[in-house]
Amino acid sequence: MEIKQLLKLALNSLNVNKLRSILTMLGIIIGVFAIILLVSIGSGLQSYITKEIAGLGSNLIFVIPGRVGGARTPGGVITNKLQISDAKNIELRLKNEANISGAIQKTSSAKYKNKSDKGVSILGASANYPIIVKTEIQSGSFFSESQERSASKVALIGQTVLNNLFTEISPLGEKVSIGNNRYTIIGVLEKKGALFGIDQDNTIIIPVTTAQRQFGVTSVNTIYISAKTSDLIPFVENKAKEILLKRLTEDDFTLQTQESTLSTITNITNILSLALGGIAAISLLVGGVGVANIMLVSVTERTREIGIRKALGAKKIDILKQFLLEAVILSLSGGTIGIIFGVVASVVLARFFVSEVTFWSIFLAFGFSTVVGVVFGIFPAIRASRLSPIEALRYE
Amino acid sequence: MKKVLICLQKIEKDYISENIKTPVLKGITLNIHDGDFIAITGPSGSGKSTLMNIIGLLDTPTRGKYVLHGKDVTGLTEDEASLIRNKEIGFVFQSFNLLKRISALDNVMLPAIYAGISEHERRKKSINLLTTLGLSNRMNNKPNQLSGGQQQKVAIARALMNNPSIILADEPTGNLDTKSGEDVMRVLKDFNQQGKTIVLITHESNIANKAKKIIHIQDGQIVQYGN
Repeated sequence: MEIKQLLKLALNSLNVNKLRSILTMLGIIIGVFAIILLVSIGSGLQSYITKEIAGLGSNLIFVIPGRVGGARTPGGVITNKLQISDAKNIELRLKNEANISGAIQKTSSAKYKNKSDKGVSILGASANYPIIVKTEIQSGSFFSESQERSASKVALIGQTVLNNLFTEISPLGEKVSIGNNRYTIIGVLEKKGALFGIDQDNTIIIPVTTAQRQFGVTSVNTIYISAKTSDLIPFVENKAKEILLKRLTEDDFTLQTQESTLSTITNITNILSLALGGIAAISLLVGGVGVANIMLVSVTERTREIGIRKALGAKKIDILKQFLLEAVILSLSGGTIGIIFGVVASVVLARFFVSEVTFWSIFLAFGFSTVVGVVFGIFPAIRASRLSPIEALRYE
Repeated sequence: MKKVLICLQKIEKDYISENIKTPVLKGITLNIHDGDFIAITGPSGSGKSTLMNIIGLLDTPTRGKYVLHGKDVTGLTEDEASLIRNKEIGFVFQSFNLLKRISALDNVMLPAIYAGISEHERRKKSINLLTTLGLSNRMNNKPNQLSGGQQQKVAIARALMNNPSIILADEPTGNLDTKSGEDVMRVLKDFNQQGKTIVLITHESNIANKAKKIIHIQDGQIVQYGN
């Protein structure tokens, strides 16, 4: 039987039971829609995080205290043994290969006249910090090496601090209080936005030396190392480790390159994407069961038709094709509608949240809905093709 | 002497249900010649419908041999039987058995679709057939828009579509009023006069009398064979 005739037949019979066909399709539509949307969210999340990390700077290596995944002191608290002197040591030895900045991070509140801003993240960094970690300055300038050396009380403020403390006047040259100390504002940072709900603009950057005095600490939270070229990353990484191990043990610190961080996060988001896609695939499977169910009903209803067709010369394969094609059309058109809805929803969602339509998810959804149509259509179709013509003709 | 079209030799058919064997046909031997118009009659339960199913290759005999058009068709697979039904046998059923959702024309074209005849060809032929049967203005109607007599004529046109050697008509007038019934019988007779072999199954003697030969079946056996 020619394909044109088969198509006409299948469309005709789906058209006769319009509502039923649409409801059956709805199961597939929802499944495919969910696949496209959830995979879009997963991959949107991934590219967002990747962009954020890549945007930090280039050829970055982070040294953080404690051993990731390693032994912890009782209670899970990491004793921070990483000292500002360690950063200085590395800087001394790798001056030609990398830029290094020790960083102290504390949370404090900042005051200006009668206004105050709570929960400000205070970052103590060295003068070369903007070379290492991407830091854009909206107005004013970063502090100099001599300001760092002399532990000047100078500060750069983020956009949230600016909005909270300085509503009317320009902040440059004004004095902001952190604890008992007053800092002269020398610069305002560009807006960075929020990362995982954490406001990155509620921040003040001061020289690391000043931060040591301000908070009375000698330890650092992070040592940022930026290799001068990407070829130098392995060398710098090994050398820095060597230097640190002279004073510390392996349990005291962890070296992470930007790449290793990226690959860890990529792994996590890939698993997330798969899990989301898997959940969506289950709903498509349920849609497939709906197709099988309705096709079985259809076969029963049309038993007599099958008998007539067989009496007139239809072979088993003709009947099989007829019913299988119906199931495939149901799931394919459901799949197509689902893809359209899914893509539209993903694009709309991208305006408010992370979401990125991937082509492979469209192909996957399309392929999957075809497979669902065939797999769930084949059983009813085989059943139809095996009906005995006399029995089928007798069926009322 | 005319060519033998259907040759049944000692055809037996048993039905087995719940391990009890019920013989329905007990050795039917029968030759039907090209151009015959045979009526098979008998009371209900006599086995005439089973015989017609076997002749029409819808059912297979338990024992015996069936030669159709010179070919042994006794042990065919379902698909082989379909192929022969499509080419050699035209069915006319008591309840018409037209597909409800498609037009009269599409119904008539159905056997040609399974025979792989081109759309142009099958359309031309079915229009011809329907016109011959006086249904040229009814071709695009669905079966439920036609009277019983008209529906049976559509079924006859469908039976003739692939130019079969035999027309098997199972109680073709059973669901029709007297006038339509006579009409249908006249059509069958016309086609017989044009050379078609017709096997008619009926329990009504006045219908059977329109045939050239009458075979009476009782209790699974031929009890009377006459002209």
